[in-house]
Amino acid sequence: MSSYPSLAAYDINIAVSGLKTGDNPQPGVPVIRSLKTAGFAGKSIALVYDSMESGIYVEDLVDAAFLLPYPSAGADAFLNRIDQILQIMRIDVIIPTLDAEIMQYIRLEKELQKRGIKTFLPSEECFLLRDKTKLASYFPPMGISVPDTLLVSDIDNIPSGGGDYEYPLMVKGRYYEAFKAYNAIEAQQYFHSIVERWGLPIIFQKMVSGEEYNIVIVGDGEGGMLGMVAQKKLVITDKGKGFGGVVVKNVALEDFARRTIDALKWRGACELEVMMDSNGNCHLIEINPRFPAWVRLAEGAGQNQPALTVLGALGEPLKSLPEAKTGTMFIRHAEDIIADISQMGNLTVQSQIIKR
Amino acid sequence: MNTERIKNLAMNDNGFIFDPSSGYSYSANELGIYILRLLNEGQSKEAIIAAIATEYEATPDNISSDIDHYFLMLESLDLLEL
Amino acid sequence: MKKEYIAPNIERNYAGNLNKYGAKSVVRHIDNIDGVPVKELLGKYGSPLIVFSENTLRKRYRRLQDTMNMHYPHLQQAWSYKTNYLGAICSIYHQEGAWAEVVSGMEYDMARALGMPASQIIFNGPGKREHELQKAITEGAKLHIDHLDELYLIEKIAKKEEETPQVAIRVNMETGIHPAWSRFGFNYENGEAFRAIQRLLSGATMNLIGLHTHIGTFILDARAYYYAAKALLDLAQKVYEELGIAVEYIDLGGGFASQNTLLGSYTPGEFASPSLEQYAAAIGEAFNESPFAAQHKPMLILETGRALIDEAGSTLSTVLGKKNLPTGERAVILDAGVNTTITAWWYKLKVSPTRAFPGAYQNTVFYGPLCMNIDVIRAAVPFPDLHTGEAVVLSPTGAYNNTQWMQFIEYRPAIVLISESGNPELIRQRENLEDVIVREQIPNRLKDF
Repeated sequence: MSSYPSLAAYDINIAVSGLKTGDNPQPGVPVIRSLKTAGFAGKSIALVYDSMESGIYVEDLVDAAFLLPYPSAGADAFLNRIDQILQIMRIDVIIPTLDAEIMQYIRLEKELQKRGIKTFLPSEECFLLRDKTKLASYFPPMGISVPDTLLVSDIDNIPSGGGDYEYPLMVKGRYYEAFKAYNAIEAQQYFHSIVERWGLPIIFQKMVSGEEYNIVIVGDGEGGMLGMVAQKKLVITDKGKGFGGVVVKNVALEDFARRTIDALKWRGACELEVMMDSNGNCHLIEINPRFPAWVRLAEGAGQNQPALTVLGALGEPLKSLPEAKTGTMFIRHAEDIIADISQMGNLTVQSQIIKR
Repeated sequence: MNTERIKNLAMNDNGFIFDPSSGYSYSANELGIYILRLLNEGQSKEAIIAAIATEYEATPDNISSDIDHYFLMLESLDLLEL
Repeated sequence: MKKEYIAPNIERNYAGNLNKYGAKSVVRHIDNIDGVPVKELLGKYGSPLIVFSENTLRKRYRRLQDTMNMHYPHLQQAWSYKTNYLGAICSIYHQEGAWAEVVSGMEYDMARALGMPASQIIFNGPGKREHELQKAITEGAKLHIDHLDELYLIEKIAKKEEETPQVAIRVNMETGIHPAWSRFGFNYENGEAFRAIQRLLSGATMNLIGLHTHIGTFILDARAYYYAAKALLDLAQKVYEELGIAVEYIDLGGGFASQNTLLGSYTPGEFASPSLEQYAAAIGEAFNESPFAAQHKPMLILETGRALIDEAGSTLSTVLGKKNLPTGERAVILDAGVNTTITAWWYKLKVSPTRAFPGAYQNTVFYGPLCMNIDVIRAAVPFPDLHTGEAVVLSPTGAYNNTQWMQFIEYRPAIVLISESGNPELIRQRENLEDVIVREQIPNRLKDF
């Protein structure tokens, strides 16, 4: 295991969001685990939206958990809450891991800096370019293929199935959720259920057949990649989530990732979802603006990307991570955690748990 | 008024309430807990109103209407039979 | 001393409703507007009350002016009357140097009544009547032509009156936003706009002085303005090269989003809406790339309404009563409803308490006073326990509420402007029965009953 990046020498507290690690696991717990592997010995702080986020209850993982208002509550509520937390515990770095909160951290970067909190995130412009609603207009002119995409804001404009957009089509929310619709009726149902939670517009995307690869990357903000690990999913749940995967090395994939990040100038963590068709051509499906839940695979393959982003947030000069070790695999293992309900009760009524 | 269910509740002062017989848990505010404790002691509605009026800044009229609401909430949660 | 009273509350916990902040308030309270206590305002002018901050109005205007000028230094703003046509408000913008942008004969009359010279009035809209056009033409207003029939009508009036109307053509184009507003003006991509200009010039009755577009409303993608500006500038270049006319201005209309949050949006406005700087940068980029702009330095006109005024307006309202809903949510009935605050149908308006609250929050729905199910000011938000008679502040409510408000069953409230020195001034009185019935005529035979 490489000793870079090491966090052992830093007396800092790091807050991480996304601690729900159930059937649709969030990246917070693996991120904290990777930080600890890098020698991080400060306080790890969970920023949670629900007192049932499972990572809170894992033994020896977080030192404190604080409930945050949902990002939809707005800047005032968020900063008020952060100020309350800071009166109890110092926060030096925040690693947000949920799509819907990234914009809040980008727009409030200065406000957070005033409070001594640092992040390692892309610029707003860059963040907006990878929005699912923009992908298909920005990247193809730069030579990066994206499946044809239609934005639908009105149920009457759902593709009927004839013409250019034939079913099956992917129906996606702006932040989360993607369904494969086999006809317009199904598409309407998905449209309603996604609008309900994530608002408009709804994204209709043509299917590309081929092999799917996922790539976790830390960008330097100037077009370069400081780390990159690609995986092929080995186990896929009925919800389409990868619960096992193996590190791959593929020149076409790497080149595609490099060109994508070069076009985007991404700073910090992201995950590319790429389809490689039968001709070996890559198509960009999505760019997730944060670490994926499988980011420990990167650590296992010799790239501790979460620790690197902490150094980035602290403003340290960053070195590229060594090449990922192919053949490294992960398999996801669910386990039951035992606790007393009073722990949940305390978090619910006091909106915080201080463990250490 | 049947307050049997309330006797079973495990309440902490922070407002967290656990019902071991059903597995449900509840969050109540300060006055919510205060009233549950008085009900647990077998106090009548009138006695509860009087107790609140001595301790809190409010008129019995105001309190009475809020308590009626609160009892209805407790009833709908199956914690109280009116 | 007795403890503060907060109504008792209990909720069952289940996964998904466990986002509480215990005893900690994350809702910021607003107890004054520009330094004037909410209590004092309501005491003096009654409730509900609409309040504007002159300070914010002027600041936002200057901010847009300065920001845009950093990217392209030839900006002329035109105040969008439909966003708010209270005389005092329009006058503030005119003092700042804004022209008037009107979309109806009524608005045109308003601008003239305030003393705007016709040459500084832009007359937009698809429904201009002949007598309105006639007046605007003889007075010398700038007409933005929406369709061919209007073009013919203007030609006819011009000949009859022996006037040379100053006109622009409204253009619609693809800017990457949905829905595209293709029902207004002439299409760019299919060449309709250029043909309309050819037709206009061939009539030799009017001066083509500008190109205009208005791409939509509440545009959350600043880049759309780059594409809009680029299309108009390319068209201007083509008109110059092929028809020998260099237009004096490029009018990009309005549509900038305010900080409000659209009802369908998960992301709150402060994270979703572009800043004025982002809009200005997008527009500036197109102008700085354009050979037409480099050679002719056309005036850039913006008809920004909402993004200038929305945050300058608040609605103060009083709690009439409250009740618990079968859903476990609390309902609060306010004295301001969708009659005064129609934008509650478009936005998740911010509701702020007017004092600090300790204690737990409960999901609270805010209803207005109307006996209609649709009178919802704000769907459930976590809120402290309000008492009857307490005030809340609805914001931002500066845009469209004073032009689209409804008479329905209530007198419309008073409107107050807080001057820059912090002095409240009444700019519209609360209505009374006389205001409502003054235009009515009851036939004599109906007077006995």
